[in-house]
Amino acid sequence: MASVMTWPVLSVVTFLPIVGAILIYLSRGDDEAAQGNARWIALWTTLITFAVSLILVMRFDPSNGDFQFVEKAPWLAATINYHMGVDGISLPFVILTTALMPFCILCSWKSVTNRVREYMIAFLFLETLMIGTFSALDLVLFYLFFEGGLIPMFLIIGIWGGPRRVYAAFKFFLYTFLGSVLMLLAIMALYWNAGTTDIPTLMHTAVPRNLQTWAWLAFFASFAVKMPMWPVHTWLPDAHVEAPTAGSVVLAAILLKMGGYGFLRFSLPMFPDASVYFSPMVWTLSVIAIVYTSLVALMQEDIKKLIAYSSVAHMGYVTMGIFAGTTQGVSGAVFQMVSHGIVSGALFLCVGVVYDRLHTREIAAYGGLVNRMPIYAALFMVFTMANVGLPGTSGFVGEFLTLIGTFKVSIPTATFACAGVILSAAYALWLYRKVVFGELTKPALQGIKDITFREGLVLVPLVVLTILFGVYPKPVLDMSAASIQLLVNNYAAATSAVKAAALLQ
Amino acid sequence: MTITTAGYSLLPVLPELMLAVGAMALLMIGAFNGPKVTGLVTTLAVCLLVVVGAAEIMLPAGKHVTFAGSFIVDDYARFLKVLAIIASAVTLILSREFLGDQSRRIFEYAILVLLSTLGMMVLISAGDLIMLYLGLELMSLSLYVVAASNRDNAKSTEAGLKYFVLGALSSGMLLYGASMVYGFTGTVSFAGIAAEAKTGNIGLVFGLVFLLAGLCFKVSAVPFHMWTPDVYEGAPTPVTAFFASAPKVAALAVFTRVALTAFPGIVVQWQQVVVFVSLASMVLGSFAAIGQTNIKRLMAYSSIGHMGFALVGLAAGTQEGAQGVLVYIAIYVAMTLGTFAIILTMKRNGQPVETIKDFAGLSRTNPIIAFFFAMFLFSLAGVPPLAGFFGKFYVFMAAIKSGLFVLAVVGVLASVVGAFYYLSIVKLMYFDEPVGKLDPMRVELRTVLAVAGVFNVLFFVYPAPLVNAASFAAKSLF
Repeated sequence: MASVMTWPVLSVVTFLPIVGAILIYLSRGDDEAAQGNARWIALWTTLITFAVSLILVMRFDPSNGDFQFVEKAPWLAATINYHMGVDGISLPFVILTTALMPFCILCSWKSVTNRVREYMIAFLFLETLMIGTFSALDLVLFYLFFEGGLIPMFLIIGIWGGPRRVYAAFKFFLYTFLGSVLMLLAIMALYWNAGTTDIPTLMHTAVPRNLQTWAWLAFFASFAVKMPMWPVHTWLPDAHVEAPTAGSVVLAAILLKMGGYGFLRFSLPMFPDASVYFSPMVWTLSVIAIVYTSLVALMQEDIKKLIAYSSVAHMGYVTMGIFAGTTQGVSGAVFQMVSHGIVSGALFLCVGVVYDRLHTREIAAYGGLVNRMPIYAALFMVFTMANVGLPGTSGFVGEFLTLIGTFKVSIPTATFACAGVILSAAYALWLYRKVVFGELTKPALQGIKDITFREGLVLVPLVVLTILFGVYPKPVLDMSAASIQLLVNNYAAATSAVKAAALLQ
Repeated sequence: MTITTAGYSLLPVLPELMLAVGAMALLMIGAFNGPKVTGLVTTLAVCLLVVVGAAEIMLPAGKHVTFAGSFIVDDYARFLKVLAIIASAVTLILSREFLGDQSRRIFEYAILVLLSTLGMMVLISAGDLIMLYLGLELMSLSLYVVAASNRDNAKSTEAGLKYFVLGALSSGMLLYGASMVYGFTGTVSFAGIAAEAKTGNIGLVFGLVFLLAGLCFKVSAVPFHMWTPDVYEGAPTPVTAFFASAPKVAALAVFTRVALTAFPGIVVQWQQVVVFVSLASMVLGSFAAIGQTNIKRLMAYSSIGHMGFALVGLAAGTQEGAQGVLVYIAIYVAMTLGTFAIILTMKRNGQPVETIKDFAGLSRTNPIIAFFFAMFLFSLAGVPPLAGFFGKFYVFMAAIKSGLFVLAVVGVLASVVGAFYYLSIVKLMYFDEPVGKLDPMRVELRTVLAVAGVFNVLFFVYPAPLVNAASFAAKSLF
């Protein structure tokens, strides 16, 4: 039993996709058979990775708020180690990543015919880097995974993307890179302050107030771009529109979550005073994101762009909830991120289904799909409703919790954010009506076929999850509860100490 | 083992002696047999460099000083000499094809590279200003000739002449600075200068600035960079690879040693110079490269920028900073040699192609070359987890510790600008349509590319040896 317990599950989950990538590389050739091999190897790799990651769930102790499955090995220097581990905040994202990757591979099955091997290799590398980002417990290691993801994503958008892919790829890369290099400097400053880049140690190291402000801003520069928050969100619509379907799914479902994860992992625990100081600013930006980008979404003519703007709005709830610093706010933010990962990923998959048939994303090119694609219409409706935040879907739980959590600390913020709920209903229903309802008059749509078995295989599990987490959100909430409680308590203790000190003066 | 002459131990200079004698012997072989032994001389030169490098490593550990303090062998010197020797040897390997051509069978090429390497070794070990100048001139004079080695080509000759004239000017400035430093301190030895130079009196600072100007020219730091793009473009490509690697190691080594061991008392005075030079190099290197269409010119601006990043570590003026410089230069050499192995491969129908557009669609026609080149480019841009990131990591780490926040922030922003032009080449290779297959890659280029490429991609797995060696080397300066 001991030997079973000691194998490094987390590292295996993290690096298994690279093994698959190497296998694909070794299977030479570029004919049909080689392409088929690449697809199957990629699918099996992601499935096995998912299966292994379920071991993490089974062995995870939800009552313990601390890091589990910890692995530590010497790496760069005496104080910069290979340190991995997950807690209740990072585990949901690890599972989200491993669970969504098979869908990404499946949805590219037919739509990607060009350089299939490279495509699958890029996605598998990306998976390793994403899992690593969520499970790294050393800042330098985190940065390595976090930034390393730019390379495969740059290539995915640039090689397999739409007509303006080059512009979108450059914008994505340079925007994110710019934010991250500033974070790198802050990481170094933290290192000289505490003598280590070990995340658990840094969480319990007091950072001088002055450094907190600068470091908070530097981390904010990186995570706000990644999130993305208004006004640095403009790379997202371009990247989403141009990326291939699976690229959009990964981008919306997982890469965006790195920003929110970063706020939870670094900004709140390491710089509590600065977080309190800046939280009104974050709330303001979040509310602007919720209201403004929802209005922008209403004006879009491209389906993917509309969903991209709605992602920005939904991420607004996340940042608002995180910086509310209350238990409901933070757990709502985590839940909202998981839910958005499923729902927005599924929405992009839905767009991919019709895009593969018609090769256009213009809203005006569609209409009346329900007549010929009833199953598709039903599935799409579930995700649309989840995007709106209808009670009974997972979208509702996250929005509701973040709003409650924020209401406790800032009533105006919560009030304005509620307006966003209405606006999201407006653009989502408008999109659904334009695309699905109405008369089927367009000649191009006359011969359109309903979803295939493979597409159903991708979408149905996501429908199940959306509704399951909508009516029974307990699995996710329980998994993260202890860690979030720990985070919120520490945050409250750190900030009340500051307030007490301020009162004494 | 004790070998002495006139009371000075010769043991520390043994590798240099071997190299000098070996170069002479090879010169004889070449002179008596003529151009037909060019290949043999080049091969023997590589073997000689390997032997000299091994001798350098096998010298007894610790610090050796000889010739009354003029010549120092410490961990710092060992680290950098081995690096310079590797770079020179790899350059000779990369030059095989260039020298194979009927019209260019010049056996002197290898001899000149050897003598230049000897100059570098002297330069790296220099313990006083005289030895510094000796090494610098031995290195530079050989380089001027090598730059013009394609003597029937107008551009190559022009490059050699330009390099010579500007190099002579910089030597003049360096000598002028050295004479002023001597005048105000009464000594030429670094240790002696350090003991005298406790306050920054105006004459000494003047001397210091001239001295640094001469050294900036050699590392091609802004504002003494003007020769770099022209010489890089004009010189034959293997020579450009040489210029971009080994001499940069030596020049940066002596720059660091002079600043840290001769002027530790007036750090503030030289720090502002280094900070300015470093900032200007990073910014100019990043912006000026954007408009380039020739890959060698682009690499010239890239190397200017990289010298700026390496100098960030020196600007910190600490042991961490010196370590950063060493890690940076080692990784820089690997990236540069790998990149030049690819540039040398860029031939279609036997004709070398040098414009950036010629890289279009390389990922389709030559996927492995394109992959390694893309990784080098991302690494040059400083994207983790590639080796180039770690170079930047250590120098900026030192800058942050020393409180040079403005330098660090401007530096990382410059690296984002720099990323743009590296990405444009990746874009050409991966996103654009191919323009035709390359000629098959020669076996020696393939070997160099594989070693440098694997080092670059997998450095992050086991970075400890290089980082620790650099840390020991940096410690020996303090």
